[in-house]
Amino acid sequence: MVDQSTKAASIHPTRDYVVVLAPKEQPTYVRAARSLLKRRYPLIALIILLGVIFLALFGPSIAPKDPNRQDLFARLLAPMTPDRNGVVNFPFGTDSLGRDVLSRLIYGARVSLLVGITAVAIGGTVGTFLGVISGYFGGAIDDLIMRLADVQLAFPFILLAIMVLVVLGQGVINLVIILGVGQWVVYARVARGQVISQREKEYVEAMKAIGARDWRIMTKEIFPNILAPIIVIASFNVAGVILSEASLSFLGLGVPPSIPTWGSMLADSRDQLLSGKWWLAVLPGLAIMFTTLSLNVLGDWMRDFLDPRLRGTEGA
Amino acid sequence: MLQYITRRALLAVLVIIGVTLLTFISIHLSGDPAVLYVSERAGPEELAEARRRLGLDKSLPEQYINFLGGLMRGDLGLSLANRTPALQLVLERLPATLELTIGALILSNLIAIPIGLISAVRRGTRVDGTIMLLAMFGQSMPGFWLGIMAILFFSVTLRIFPVSGHVPVLAPLLAGDWATAIQNLPAGVHHAILPVVTISVFAIARNARLVRSALLEVLGQEYVTTARAKGLTERNVIVGHALRNAMIPIVTIIALEFGFLLSGVIVTESVFAWPGVGRLVFNAIGQRDIPVVQAAVVFFAFVFVALNLVVDVLYAYLDPRVRL
Repeated sequence: MVDQSTKAASIHPTRDYVVVLAPKEQPTYVRAARSLLKRRYPLIALIILLGVIFLALFGPSIAPKDPNRQDLFARLLAPMTPDRNGVVNFPFGTDSLGRDVLSRLIYGARVSLLVGITAVAIGGTVGTFLGVISGYFGGAIDDLIMRLADVQLAFPFILLAIMVLVVLGQGVINLVIILGVGQWVVYARVARGQVISQREKEYVEAMKAIGARDWRIMTKEIFPNILAPIIVIASFNVAGVILSEASLSFLGLGVPPSIPTWGSMLADSRDQLLSGKWWLAVLPGLAIMFTTLSLNVLGDWMRDFLDPRLRGTEGA
Repeated sequence: MLQYITRRALLAVLVIIGVTLLTFISIHLSGDPAVLYVSERAGPEELAEARRRLGLDKSLPEQYINFLGGLMRGDLGLSLANRTPALQLVLERLPATLELTIGALILSNLIAIPIGLISAVRRGTRVDGTIMLLAMFGQSMPGFWLGIMAILFFSVTLRIFPVSGHVPVLAPLLAGDWATAIQNLPAGVHHAILPVVTISVFAIARNARLVRSALLEVLGQEYVTTARAKGLTERNVIVGHALRNAMIPIVTIIALEFGFLLSGVIVTESVFAWPGVGRLVFNAIGQRDIPVVQAAVVFFAFVFVALNLVVDVLYAYLDPRVRL
């Protein structure tokens, strides 16, 4: 009787046992690249995101003008307005102070990404750390951390951010810290859940049996196994933080006015709305939307790719 | 049941303590809170006077107790701008904010539940894909930007809706003046449409996805297979069996949404110059009128916690498993 498994098995010529060859596992990055190429949206999202990262990294050398240079003779120029010699100096137009919108958008990428990534890094590190401890040790520490998480989840964090920023005043560092503090709960909850499911597995037991310390088991053994969902959350989270930054900047609580950000550009655009200066509002908004959309689409794809069990069961 | 509710109530108290403590701490983060309560040109005598008047010369725990005491009496300090009680300012603006919030709550769910349902039933089809892509767009925009775009398109270009402004409906209604409320209704709705839509979009996007996933989870259950095996029509299976069970998480989300909408209106109100609590906060931020910001934050936090508690009780009532 020939069944499927005999195809992958062969009798070793000299020894009398069967060698079963496992199907060859491709490295993760190869599978990731294949999956990306097969699906349109995540690939487009990745390209957009790489573009934004490129702008953020090399902004100063790409931006055609100084983003804060005011040209009072070229105020509120519409995009593609040629000057007397027929040359387009400001392809994306200028704002009410005659500053180049294109250059401000390019510099804005920097702040948005920097704030988003740093805040998520802070929140993600603190949250994961607390979550791993919570799940690994359980008991009183677990109770304490989880009640703290409940308290924070029980009211909209943006309110607290407003409160703190009103008192402390504007500043990139204040903003990043308060936005970072706002994110820890989601990481703590997910990390805790993951650790609890890993805690009883044989490899942890084996490490305990050979006398490994808790710290080593947590960081070297368990942590790599719970990393996938954390990365997925982080990608959604960067998008969320960028949106929060835009809102806070709009309220005048974000980054100081001397630093161009997409959120503060939108805030400035409000005064020019009724006179129909559409480019001041449309362009920074599109920049925010395409960046966050790309992060969300990529996060969705990563979740499917890293953890197929979740596919289709969760919509958020 | 009683034990469950007690536990939830205790958590609510804990949250209130946490929120007030955080507000209290944030006021002290600046170093000398007295500086926040006097004008910028104030001299040292004025500062010392303010310190005494605000009880800032006492020890920190004592100050916190006093702060809580004031809270119990509804005393959250005076506005720096016009010397009226901060809480009173917030409450005066509340009806306008509630108009937007309630409008958005109704609109977002009227749209989100049906499209989430369609998406789940047609899972994997082009319809589902399109709805989910649109939902992703909705979740990726700053809400206030959508408001700005709406003003540009509908108010400035097409001139269908007013750019800003507010005709009160709820305020006269609460005052018992039915005639004015009914008279104001058409203009009130006309002014409210753009801001309500703006606030709703994010909620629609999120809730459509949540409804879809809640329903998909239920559709995979064995009793749904059984219902199908019995020969029930697909419509009967979805509406009679699946949706009923999926409603439990959906109801929770809708109720919690109210609190999020409340905080979401802060920015939207300032875009549309809507004279609600959000705009009050926005102006107070500009003037660094700390007591008003604080009063609004604490007030919203209380509302949110109270709603949470109601939802928890409701949840236990709807789903007996929770009580265990």
